[in-house]
Amino acid sequence: MCDQTFLAITFGPCDNCSQNKPLMNIYLKNEPINYCSLCVELMACQGLAKGETTNTLKAESESLKAKLEEERAKLHDVELHQVAEKIDALGQFVMKTRRTLKGHGNKVLCMDWCRDKRRIVSSSQDGKVIVWDAYTTNKEHAVTMPCTWVMACAYAPSGCAVACGGLDNKCSVYPLSLDKNENLAAKKKSVAMHTNYLSSCSFTNSDMQILTSSGDGTCALWDVESGQLLQSFHGHSADVLSLDLAPSETGNTFVSGGCDKKANVWDMRSGQNVQSFETHESDINNVKYYPSGDAFATGSDDATCRLYDLRADREVAIYSKDSIIFGASSVDFSLSGRLLFAGYNDYTINVWDVLKGTRVAILFGHENRVSTVRVSPDGTAFCSGSWDNTLRIWA
Amino acid sequence: MAQPSSCAQSSNGVADESPNMLVYRKMEDIIARMQDEKNGIPIRTVKSFLSKIPSVFSGSDIVQWMQKNLNIEDQVEALHLGTLMAAHGYFFPISDHVLTLKEDGTFYRFQTPYFWPSNCWEPENTDYAVYLCKRTMQNKARLELADYEAESLARLQRAFARKWEFIFMQAEAQAKVDKKRDKIERKILDSQERAFWDVHRPVPGCVNTTEADIKKSSRMKQPHKTRKIQHCQEQLDRHRLKMSKVAESLLSFAEQYLEYDPFFTTPEPSNPWISDDVTSWELEACKEAGQQRVKRWAFCFDEVMKDPVGREQFLKFLESEFSSENLRFWLAVQELKKRPIREVPTRVQEIWEEFLAPGAPSAINVDSRSYDKTTQNIKDPGRYAFQDAQEHIYKLMKSDSYSRFIRSSAYQELLQAKKKKSKNLF
Repeated sequence: MCDQTFLAITFGPCDNCSQNKPLMNIYLKNEPINYCSLCVELMACQGLAKGETTNTLKAESESLKAKLEEERAKLHDVELHQVAEKIDALGQFVMKTRRTLKGHGNKVLCMDWCRDKRRIVSSSQDGKVIVWDAYTTNKEHAVTMPCTWVMACAYAPSGCAVACGGLDNKCSVYPLSLDKNENLAAKKKSVAMHTNYLSSCSFTNSDMQILTSSGDGTCALWDVESGQLLQSFHGHSADVLSLDLAPSETGNTFVSGGCDKKANVWDMRSGQNVQSFETHESDINNVKYYPSGDAFATGSDDATCRLYDLRADREVAIYSKDSIIFGASSVDFSLSGRLLFAGYNDYTINVWDVLKGTRVAILFGHENRVSTVRVSPDGTAFCSGSWDNTLRIWA
Repeated sequence: MAQPSSCAQSSNGVADESPNMLVYRKMEDIIARMQDEKNGIPIRTVKSFLSKIPSVFSGSDIVQWMQKNLNIEDQVEALHLGTLMAAHGYFFPISDHVLTLKEDGTFYRFQTPYFWPSNCWEPENTDYAVYLCKRTMQNKARLELADYEAESLARLQRAFARKWEFIFMQAEAQAKVDKKRDKIERKILDSQERAFWDVHRPVPGCVNTTEADIKKSSRMKQPHKTRKIQHCQEQLDRHRLKMSKVAESLLSFAEQYLEYDPFFTTPEPSNPWISDDVTSWELEACKEAGQQRVKRWAFCFDEVMKDPVGREQFLKFLESEFSSENLRFWLAVQELKKRPIREVPTRVQEIWEEFLAPGAPSAINVDSRSYDKTTQNIKDPGRYAFQDAQEHIYKLMKSDSYSRFIRSSAYQELLQAKKKKSKNLF
């Protein structure tokens, strides 16, 4: 059975059937070969031992899965909310819109905070990417991308650059200059190349590396300066919609979620999928780590948010209500991890008590879907972006 | 009349439904319950002047029903969900193009399932043109075009000037069929058709609920791969923690950090977003760390390493113990991983010379296994060349130096220091 360690798409004659097709470059016993996808599948089937068929393999896979669930269930001696009964319930929260940022001409799709705790970058459907000082609500920079639906944007850790991308299948980095008159678009640097839309991007702890996720089902780590692909991550069987880096200083992992309803945890060094969770009933739109790095939350089109713990290796909480029937598009934790802010397609933001599993507040204000929710780096506020073309800062 | 496009009916049933369909099904379940004879909303015919208003219910009927049957405590929430269902066209106000729910005596009617959004309608502008044209042929006051509709009609007449005769003929044909219908039936159907167009051609300024997220419109799916078996087997061997332990850990983390969470503990002196005063940010930026910040370093080793001031203090402490090369090595390797790939080979060599080579000026102590691995790695230098050595050094600092640091007099002094006074700003 071959070990598919690296997948890239080139076009040319297949080494096996000689037809001109999109090729997969794989390694068989350390030898590189270029097969078309049909020949790869045939070879996989030939790898079956005598007596095996794809059906027996499927049955084996199913029984292993069941065994895995059994093992996980053995350690399930109590529910999180039961243990949380001993702590006090949270009181009433007063959360209001403190700033409204108007300026986008179309749906706001994504935003990210600068580490200086007050600047943000936001991107929208009409191709505009704007850098704001959210505290004063002034726009500081604006870039027009050559494509529409800029679904991903990120602020560099130094605060000196922003990355963005979307339907152009690329992730581009723009250095931010102090000179307001300078044309930012001229300094644009194309970093990532995917074969489908870019759904999410994030700088690692450095301005020099970017992690991306795409509608082509993969995630990838890139060197910004050269545009070189450092590592690719394969394992999702449908579009990957979101990713989040583990918060630890020593951390070398990240989590991703996608349309295959799976949340996968990856080792950045080896490219391996180290843990996988599949309990949602529909697309996972957003994933975020719990501040300790031991757990992460997801927001899904099945109208629930869920908490998964990496040490217990299971789902440990579901945040849902009968009256919430629209999908959750975006989630983020408050600094202590006690609160989960979730933006929904029903134009609201629900605030959940992470430990007790109850809803603490529902925030109205946006006039269309909430597409993105991010807590500021020092936790003093969170920002929401919406299809109503505005962003709001709440505290 | 416009036709619903053929929606992909998945053979797996619910499992493969697109996210939009999921929400539609949920709303339709609620509608079905609302229409239930026994427990639903009472639908009646209301007498008005000389005519009857068939098949209606009031806004307050809806809100009350929702609060009772959907476990919604808050009236505002019920109103909001109801407005969304109206915006998707499942019920509508009979005398308004704007699809919203008001909790009063305003009358609403249910939409017919034929027009439900789950039928994947994508009506064309020609269909809209036929509809508007037909409306102008009907001489009833209630069917007069609104301003925005008249504008749309004018625009469409210009756009379809060449085939307007064809459109006119279709409108005529439809109007003829309508005339033959029973009066009451006509009233209901007319209102339902109008509500359909209110969803697909909404009043300017209203949300178009048919707008879709482009990410969901073309979904890629790859076939099942046999590699899953190996993955499952690896997963089985994983070491897992009991839920009770995990829960305790999550609880204690949240409790420990509650005082640092601005949503629970107001930052000193205030939250800039609420008070419009940036003093707390200015305090944070200055080099001296306040007591609260210093306290955090004792929570875990990662906290010291995360905070630049913490790292500085820890480095000072290690220098006093003559083991600062450990931290300097760790920081150098972290920095290496952040550099562009082009610089990596040179940096790897420099770090090797400084910390690990025989006779290195800042020699660190690593176990022989890590040392051997590193020696191999630097022959083909990559970003992770020092990974094993770095992990070993980290564990060493964490289990050894860190605990002494927390107990050291230097740290204790910082902890006891008076809380920094906030600057007086004028």
